Amino acid sequence: MTVSGETPRPYTLVAELTYRCPLACGYCSNPLELARHADELDTAAWREVFAGAAALGALQANLTGGEPLVRQDLTELVAAAHAQQLYVNLITSGIPADRARLAQLAAAGLDSVQLSVQDVDPRGAAWIAGRDDLDAKLQVAAAVRELGLPLTLNVVIHRGNIARVPEFIALAERIGAERLELANTQYLGWALANRDALLPAHADIEQARTVAAAAADRLRGKIEILFVRPDYYADRPRACMDGWARRYIVVTPDGLVLPCHQATSIQGLSFESVRARPLAAIWSDSPALRAYRGDAWMPAPCRTCDERHADFGGCRCQAFALVGDAGATDPACALAPTHVIVRDARARADQADVPTTAAAPPAIRLRRMRTTA
Amino acid sequence: MIGPQSRVRLAAKARLQRDRVTGKQFLLYPERGLELSDSAARIVAACAAERAVAAIVDELTAASGEPRERIESEVLSFLGALDDRGLLVVT
Repeated sequence: MTVSGETPRPYTLVAELTYRCPLACGYCSNPLELARHADELDTAAWREVFAGAAALGALQANLTGGEPLVRQDLTELVAAAHAQQLYVNLITSGIPADRARLAQLAAAGLDSVQLSVQDVDPRGAAWIAGRDDLDAKLQVAAAVRELGLPLTLNVVIHRGNIARVPEFIALAERIGAERLELANTQYLGWALANRDALLPAHADIEQARTVAAAAADRLRGKIEILFVRPDYYADRPRACMDGWARRYIVVTPDGLVLPCHQATSIQGLSFESVRARPLAAIWSDSPALRAYRGDAWMPAPCRTCDERHADFGGCRCQAFALVGDAGATDPACALAPTHVIVRDARARADQADVPTTAAAPPAIRLRRMRTTA
Repeated sequence: MIGPQSRVRLAAKARLQRDRVTGKQFLLYPERGLELSDSAARIVAACAAERAVAAIVDELTAASGEPRERIESEVLSFLGALDDRGLLVVT
């Protein structure tokens, strides 16, 4: 279907409640210019966002950040999303949380918790996140399970921790997670700045994938295991956000309405704020959200590709970051004229030594709130 | 493997909810949702409390007037799909 006039129905609201975070992960999906978004929406404004998203058809609300737990009004926000009948997922590092706080959130209507663990090796965690919190995270996981909430364990995979995929699977079993996301880093923003230190070698990806697939079979019905292959190694682009401004609405801490977490990195697009216009109006007719909706914008070879409605031409942010044109075919696609960029990065990854917990791991640029690009 | 003698109930994380846009039933669970056909929605509704699969098949057969064999195979296949997603407690 070629649509540009018709407004699609969003299913998920991604509410980035704040960009403040105690962690400093070198692959953070927040924008490089964090300080620009420091003027956060208040409780009442978020309440309107939840109502607006639910009216558009959203069924899921992912409360994320930064670290959503640093919002003092998080319990009220959970209650507000719950009041709109949204299925409320808390996407958190678990820092800072304790059982009492989690119990409050559960009572307010929280439906599920996705807890991130950066590494099970303290040196690895300190390398990628600037600190190690594994013990505190394990306590959070235990509290989540005691409260009867479903728990997803999320681990972002990169060359510093890919060797420990079996340990992440064992951890998921031990803490009673019902879902394990082994999500390979997406090389945008902070992660793109650190790509040469983070992109695993091909053989390591394939080995981790084999281990994850075997565990998925063994644990079927108990733990759902997702291994998201890095698009750099996939030869076809990922269906980024299930298409531009199609199924997901992302709202930034300061109220911008985006099609994905990274979209402010694209120069030349002007995203609108819920402070200026209602969410429904922005969703249906904001020029930035319409820019890459449907397939009318597609260049060759996407335009005539049989897979264009499966992958939507890939990731616009990646096209902009690597090619300088958000309307180009995602260079992760082997059919893209610019695919050599991705092939070169892969070749470098295959030649590099694995850093992980070596005595002198490569320097990476950690995400810091006050840092500007 | 779920059989007629299994006892099943919907996992706590799964929530059956009527969609305000289409009026259809959705089964919501962490970060996901399944849009249910009318017959799937009836099966899910029948799993709200722990039940024997055979009892669910009896109930849906009586309500639909269709052959029991057909209903049973539909119920078993759909419950298997829910179980694969961890959305059922099976005893």
